[in-house]
Amino acid sequence: MSQTSSIGKSSSLESVLTITKPGVMSLLQDYGRYGLQHYGITNSGPMDEHAYLWSNKILGNHFNAPQIEICMGGFEARFNKPAVIAICGANLLPTINRSPIKTWQTHTVKEGDVIRLSGAKHGLYAYLAISGGFKVEPQLGSCSTVMREQLGGLHHNGEKLAEGDLVPYQPANTRREGNVAPHVVIVPKECIPRYKDSINLRFMPNRSENGCDQSTINKFTEQTYRVSNDLSRMGYRLQSETALINSNDNTISQGMSTGLIQLPKNGQPIVLMKDRQTIGGYPLLGCVAHMDLALLSQSKPGVKVRFIPVELEELELELGEYFGFLLS
Amino acid sequence: MKINSLSENGLTILFDQTITKQTADKVLKLRKLIEKELAEFVIDIIPSYTSIHLSFDIKKISHKSFVDKVEALTQQVSQIEPADHQQKNEQNLIEIPVYYGKEVGLDLQEISDNSGLSIKQVIQTHSDKTYDVFAMGFSPGFAYLGSVDDQIAIPRKETPRLLVAQGSLGIAGEQTAIYPFDSPGGWNIIGKTPIKLVDYDQQPPSIFEVGDRIKFRAITKSEFLKRGGEL
Repeated sequence: MSQTSSIGKSSSLESVLTITKPGVMSLLQDYGRYGLQHYGITNSGPMDEHAYLWSNKILGNHFNAPQIEICMGGFEARFNKPAVIAICGANLLPTINRSPIKTWQTHTVKEGDVIRLSGAKHGLYAYLAISGGFKVEPQLGSCSTVMREQLGGLHHNGEKLAEGDLVPYQPANTRREGNVAPHVVIVPKECIPRYKDSINLRFMPNRSENGCDQSTINKFTEQTYRVSNDLSRMGYRLQSETALINSNDNTISQGMSTGLIQLPKNGQPIVLMKDRQTIGGYPLLGCVAHMDLALLSQSKPGVKVRFIPVELEELELELGEYFGFLLS
Repeated sequence: MKINSLSENGLTILFDQTITKQTADKVLKLRKLIEKELAEFVIDIIPSYTSIHLSFDIKKISHKSFVDKVEALTQQVSQIEPADHQQKNEQNLIEIPVYYGKEVGLDLQEISDNSGLSIKQVIQTHSDKTYDVFAMGFSPGFAYLGSVDDQIAIPRKETPRLLVAQGSLGIAGEQTAIYPFDSPGGWNIIGKTPIKLVDYDQQPPSIFEVGDRIKFRAITKSEFLKRGGEL
């Protein structure tokens, strides 16, 4: 048995989730690591912020409570103490002790219960959250795992979760009055996205000197793109039949943020995601609306993407309200 | 200076689009001012060669109000002109020991051939100068330093190496930098430092910061090894 973990502190008294199958890539993530980008340290955080934030919300957790981001499934783990959990994001066909469970709602698990997430037709990332959050010591203010930077995660080395890892959590309060089952909290229907084969992303065109010229941006909005096979936590490369040509390719490297759409020399755009590099020198087409990035993050290769230009003011109000509700 | 809104909670301040010490000084000055005056709103601040990127908390301030505040600060900076001697004293001067031996300076010969200088002269030329950290990125702790003497400037290697060892000191164009981690890379390697540039358990986690001034000190092989350097 590979249950001897490198976190020596774990004992049978503690509540731990034992990872028996880590799957393709399962990473501990909190809301991210902020204020260190001037050292070249990226923000990281959940690829799908919407699913992540709702998981914490329905459990009554702080928005920054650590979760496990499970990419494409193949995941199996065992709880050694009761807990209340939630799974939001891609429906990777989760089961508890082989009985299917619903996503976007809370569930109660008992000692010894085994959770499995296999795979999905639509979507890439599922978020396994637990009441109180996973108890992981942050590194540089966050437990978000950045493999490229060898930073964060369970062992403070940026490694993804591995078989035999023990992830501590806070035990559920079992001293409930009588035999009443704890009530289930469900995400409101209108807040549950559907991951489709074709999506529209709103974006703010970049009109600065470091932006692409207007005709290129126009062409960009007229084309349909497909998510390519080249997608990672750093960025999603998109592909269209006609490469864009941009005369303005003389850009000096500057700070980058999530959602910016770069146009490298090959004329096929890249949308920067959570683990992006902190500076970059490609000309910019614009920035994807923060709230629409969740949808892009869940898009598998082949998903069709269209970009709809919008004004900043419109998005700012919406995002302000959204953050006001979910970032609390 | 021009402020460009990028996203709901992000903007870039663009300075003159030329990489010079004067521009770097302005970037540094404005950055300090922003850190002092707008700390409560700023989430991340990324200074670079000719720009500052800011992300801010839209739960605390609207985009427009934030832009107005930044605008007011940029005006303060443009009023202070140019050769500001005080600035130099405010910048950290950091000395970095480097072993410029052939075992670790894999491209010294090539730079020598390219420049017509002897290897000794290449090393002398590189270590004589004091450099400024113009930008950081690529990986944590990777500092882009400028500018190397024209004579030893050399383009990136056509085929990048799959592995450049941690601590390697390189030149690409007029820039010089140390690789803080083992990584692939296309810079021309001239030496190696035994010092660890990034330590996530330290605060701050990186030795360098934009605006610092860096001086390289040539050390002997035995000092390099004594300080934990690996050949």
